[in-house]
Amino acid sequence: MSANSSGDLSVVEEALRRGADDGNAAAAAARVSARISAEGLADVTYAPVDSPFGTLLAATTSQGLVRLAFPEEDVDAVLEGLARRISPRIVESAAPLEPMRRELDEYFSGARREFEMPLDWTLISPFGQRVLRITWDIPYGGVLTYAEVASDAGSPRGSRAAGNALGSNPIPIVIPCHRVLRTGGALGGYGGGLERKRWLLELEGALSKRLPG
Amino acid sequence: MSDTVTTNIRSGPRAKGAACGLPPFQRFLDAHRDVVWRFLVSSVGPVEAEDCFQETFIAALRAYPRLRTDSNLRAWVLTIAHRKSLDAHRARGRRALPVEDVAAVDSREAASPQARDETLWSAVDGLPDRQRSAVVLRYVADLPHRDIAAAIGCSEEAARRSLHEGLTKLREAVSA
Repeated sequence: MSANSSGDLSVVEEALRRGADDGNAAAAAARVSARISAEGLADVTYAPVDSPFGTLLAATTSQGLVRLAFPEEDVDAVLEGLARRISPRIVESAAPLEPMRRELDEYFSGARREFEMPLDWTLISPFGQRVLRITWDIPYGGVLTYAEVASDAGSPRGSRAAGNALGSNPIPIVIPCHRVLRTGGALGGYGGGLERKRWLLELEGALSKRLPG
Repeated sequence: MSDTVTTNIRSGPRAKGAACGLPPFQRFLDAHRDVVWRFLVSSVGPVEAEDCFQETFIAALRAYPRLRTDSNLRAWVLTIAHRKSLDAHRARGRRALPVEDVAAVDSREAASPQARDETLWSAVDGLPDRQRSAVVLRYVADLPHRDIAAAIGCSEEAARRSLHEGLTKLREAVSA
């Protein structure tokens, strides 16, 4: 028996360092995330959602959709923002977002004119809520001007403030900030880029009315 | 079982004024899933690892928002995994493992590396709790002695002793 030679020891140590592993950690982790979400233990669940703009990131709480991020937004930054402002109990799981993904699919294909999914407004400031609730009521195919939204939100001279509130809309597309234009019909701004604003308005048939030519 | 005790584990001096919160739980899970899985498969075997793994991260999730942001998350989650592995060993009862027999069958015929590993992991499984934990936390999870002592709940010196005793037994088992 060579039980005392240091060679044996290093063989044992090396084998221990390799560990017993079957490469199943990723699958096990996915099962944990799904279970955490299904059992209601997560405060926020997120998942990627395909769209004509690329892959969006959708996040929901028990209240409803709380965040929809465009493809260029940094995923880690989005998640860190949610961790800081809502809760770090955040997991990825597709199941709770499935009804929202379906509604978005239908909307993008022109088959849906109104969203029925519940929303969580907690990321939105009180003034932002006034502005975005008015925006929320603009019907499919319709538009308002920044001045009209500001006036309806109770600050008639606050077009710029209203514009800022619209620009920081955490749930674009669903809260239709793309339906707010400049007086005179110019597109104004859009967090997701003007190309997308135009695309959404064309989808809804709103551009031809206000912007002939 | 209280998972809050271990929230005192620190990674180092508290960063002053750093506005860094806890990472989103999913990122924490992504960052530590591999080491926790390896630790559990090595400690309790692939079958029981699944349950232990789920219970580890669910316990971690429950305690997560109460953690200090400067906690050593890796040592913390391994401490929880360590406790779950002990629960699993207790639940099935001490498997009366004939280490010598396994060694005799597997390694006498100039064994393949796989057979030698099987002998080794059977021997790890048969170690007393504290020795097994010390060995697996040290070598598979690469934790420093200080964190091993915190995880097991003993002095650093006792942890070193358990590690040494465990290693000696394993060496005898694989070279038998």
